[in-house]
Amino acid sequence: MKYAFYPGCTQESTAIEFGRSSEEVCRRLGIELEEIPDWNCCGASSGHFLDDDLAHALTARNLALAEGQGLDTAIVCAACYLRLRCTQIKARESADFKKKMAEVIGMPYEATRTVRHLLDIIVNDLGIEEVTKKIVKPLTGLRLAPYYGCYLVRPPEIVGFDDPENPLSMDRLLTALGAEALDWAGKVDCCGGSLILSKEEIAMKLLGEVIEDAREVDAEAIVVACPMCHANLDMRQSGKNRLPILYFTELIGLALDIEESSTWFKKHMVDAIPLLRKHGLI
Amino acid sequence: MASKPKYNNTVCDPSFAAQVRERSGVEIERCYQCMTCTLGCDANFAMDVAPNQIVRLTQIGMKEAVLTSSSIWVCTSCEACVTRCPNEINIPHLMDCLHQIALEEETPVKEPAVPVFHRAFMAPVRQFGRQFEVLMTGLFILKARKFSLRDMLTNAKLGFGMFTRGKLKFGPHRIKGTKAMNDIFQKTLGGRGT
Repeated sequence: MKYAFYPGCTQESTAIEFGRSSEEVCRRLGIELEEIPDWNCCGASSGHFLDDDLAHALTARNLALAEGQGLDTAIVCAACYLRLRCTQIKARESADFKKKMAEVIGMPYEATRTVRHLLDIIVNDLGIEEVTKKIVKPLTGLRLAPYYGCYLVRPPEIVGFDDPENPLSMDRLLTALGAEALDWAGKVDCCGGSLILSKEEIAMKLLGEVIEDAREVDAEAIVVACPMCHANLDMRQSGKNRLPILYFTELIGLALDIEESSTWFKKHMVDAIPLLRKHGLI
Repeated sequence: MASKPKYNNTVCDPSFAAQVRERSGVEIERCYQCMTCTLGCDANFAMDVAPNQIVRLTQIGMKEAVLTSSSIWVCTSCEACVTRCPNEINIPHLMDCLHQIALEEETPVKEPAVPVFHRAFMAPVRQFGRQFEVLMTGLFILKARKFSLRDMLTNAKLGFGMFTRGKLKFGPHRIKGTKAMNDIFQKTLGGRGT
């Protein structure tokens, strides 16, 4: 199993632990990732806000480079994932659009390859059974709220590897890792990440509601697959007894007993180590 | 004497619906006001015009009412409305089209910090090809004038927390294809800055 890898800008900065854990977990699971050479920022939520062609061209350059590698692309950031998929799907629907993109990026682009989120790859390509076979340390006793947020599941015509209202892929994965995956109300709500700098009070209300929903089912931590959700929930959570926010890849790493996993958890603003220690996982 | 407002919310522009339809491809005429979008909208509490009303006002050409609303800026693009709309009306894409028109036509912006953020986000991308968070945040703080003590304390606390955890890059990563990036911005935005 080999994919072109689009890390996205956050994997070297705010979500460094997501990047490191994704790469290490893939290596252990036999998923080969070949970084897209000279990839650029996809423009995330801001590109399409300002100009449609700009947003599509920023992603098309990456898609064209991955096409040059002859591989489908694996993505870890949910926001990058939606943006790249939008362009890929539009290019498949319209030859004129494809031609326009090739002209703007100065590179051939045929939209022959596709784009996948790492969660989709692990659950559906590799299969949960393959992960289960490698578990050394089951995450027994951990009560986790799997949080999908927006772009992993919406809009389903563009992303759509799971149900948009009640997605279950992360639930199944966490259950297989030995944890208790809780059914909760906030799993596909928006955390307001795109407004955290510009309209902080709106984002704070939205992320507060996500945290409250998780508390309502007595979750001990929230599990995410998006660096934007993570930054928002981990850095901006207020009050005492803050809930740790964990990446799904970190939890796979923990269950596989990957030595480096303790270094990932040190990167969080909300300390996850006491919780993991309580359950004898670290 | 108060200056005459540049925009009057009662004025109707009959060509507006066609302008939006043509530019975005969003089939706004299909809306029959079931309000599914508004009922599921997480940001509706912060909007002065509900999402279903944005669609209706656009249909009937109330251009100024739409473009001067807070709603088009506080939409989080969470994609819940388009996912649930029985008529598959792509409201987030409609919102994109509306901000773009508002910015191009220099309509008074109800929530100016929002476009300031998006432009600050794109500046390092244009220059280096990748995001450089320190520069992006600095530009945003300067241009949105986020100088209150509260803002400063929040930023200092977050900055310090990120620094000690090795989450802040101090220099940008410049990709090799910066010329290609510049071409992309030139060919799409043209003279319009980021």
